[in-house]
Amino acid sequence: MNWTWFHRLGSPPSFYRFAGRLAPWLGGLGLLLLAYGWYAGLVLAPPDYQQKDAFRIIYVHVPAAAVSLSLYVLMALAGAVALIWRMKLAEAVMVATAPVGASFTALALVTGMLWGKPMWGAYWVWDARLTAELVLLFLYCGVIGLNAAFDDARAGARACALLAIVGLVNVPIVHFSVEWWNSLHQGSTILKFGKPAISADMAWPLYAGLLATYCLCGHAILRRAQNELLLRERNTRWVRELATELGGGARVS
Amino acid sequence: MTKRQKRMAAVAALVAGLALAAVFGFTAFRKNMMYFYTPTDIVEHKVADNARLRLGGLVTVGSLKRGDGLNVEFTLADCEKSLPVRYDGILPDLFREGQGIVATGQMKDGVFVADEVLAKHDENYMPPELAKSLKTADGRHSCAPFKSVMQAAN
Repeated sequence: MNWTWFHRLGSPPSFYRFAGRLAPWLGGLGLLLLAYGWYAGLVLAPPDYQQKDAFRIIYVHVPAAAVSLSLYVLMALAGAVALIWRMKLAEAVMVATAPVGASFTALALVTGMLWGKPMWGAYWVWDARLTAELVLLFLYCGVIGLNAAFDDARAGARACALLAIVGLVNVPIVHFSVEWWNSLHQGSTILKFGKPAISADMAWPLYAGLLATYCLCGHAILRRAQNELLLRERNTRWVRELATELGGGARVS
Repeated sequence: MTKRQKRMAAVAALVAGLALAAVFGFTAFRKNMMYFYTPTDIVEHKVADNARLRLGGLVTVGSLKRGDGLNVEFTLADCEKSLPVRYDGILPDLFREGQGIVATGQMKDGVFVADEVLAKHDENYMPPELAKSLKTADGRHSCAPFKSVMQAAN
């Protein structure tokens, strides 16, 4: 098998250029899909037979919760690559992912609470799903804090990678909590075996919103990883050349 | 083994070890992870008689009686057993017959006296017209999410 493309992508200057080309496309596609998903979901989709218009929170809540788990897996995978192969790019991606994941975890928790009060009758209960999602937020915050506590970026990344991998055990717990145990939170609507439990005119805007959120996360992570690379590689030739190219001073430090 | 392979083995061992520890831990404490008991647990006297607890189930269709003020009485059922419930307070908007709920309170003379009632929504979403055409779905939730804690622990 030919791994040249992998090694080329793994080199910071190539990835920097690759991310710079890909990010605007992801961002644009994400915004278009989000515009469709939100318009179709918040305006065109029929109200739910029981929850009426309150069900529309799923067009924000479900994508936020889905990416909160996916981004954690991405962060832990990047952490594993950083630990095993000592790849600088993986360290940058891991550090770049944490704040994005933490934001969407917080968004999922807040939108869930705002929906919970009128529907359940309580903002917060300590059931397995809610508690595990809160632990997920703490894990993200732990990675962010741990990274900030190190002066040496590479040593910090190794510590963060370890924490990210340890926390990976929480991801299946969040997802399957509603099946393994009794909980107040309802079961999965779309990510389950068999037919989705949502009618098609409500489901399509949700799928669009999910895809949009993944695209926008991809955009944010690529941009953050670019910045992280510039910061970590500020004393290398390619960053100095880039700075000169962009017409700024030759010193980037 | 090269250094890289050693690190790879260490990461794999860490993940496998943690997963195993989680499986053992959560299997041992499965009972404690449950948010509520079900009528079956109470009817079969698997819980201390005057314990304060959360009880989850479906409001039996045709059982709801409204008394003075905010007082309501109804029957709460899981897939097997049912139990009378009394409650004096504000009900969530989603409360109705056939709805899944979680009530907090304790048993008094064979009746579960609740001081808080929360609605447990299910995962089905549909427009009103579709709900009307599906007679089984309209107003009726599945009893499957209400798992007996004691049966789960065995």
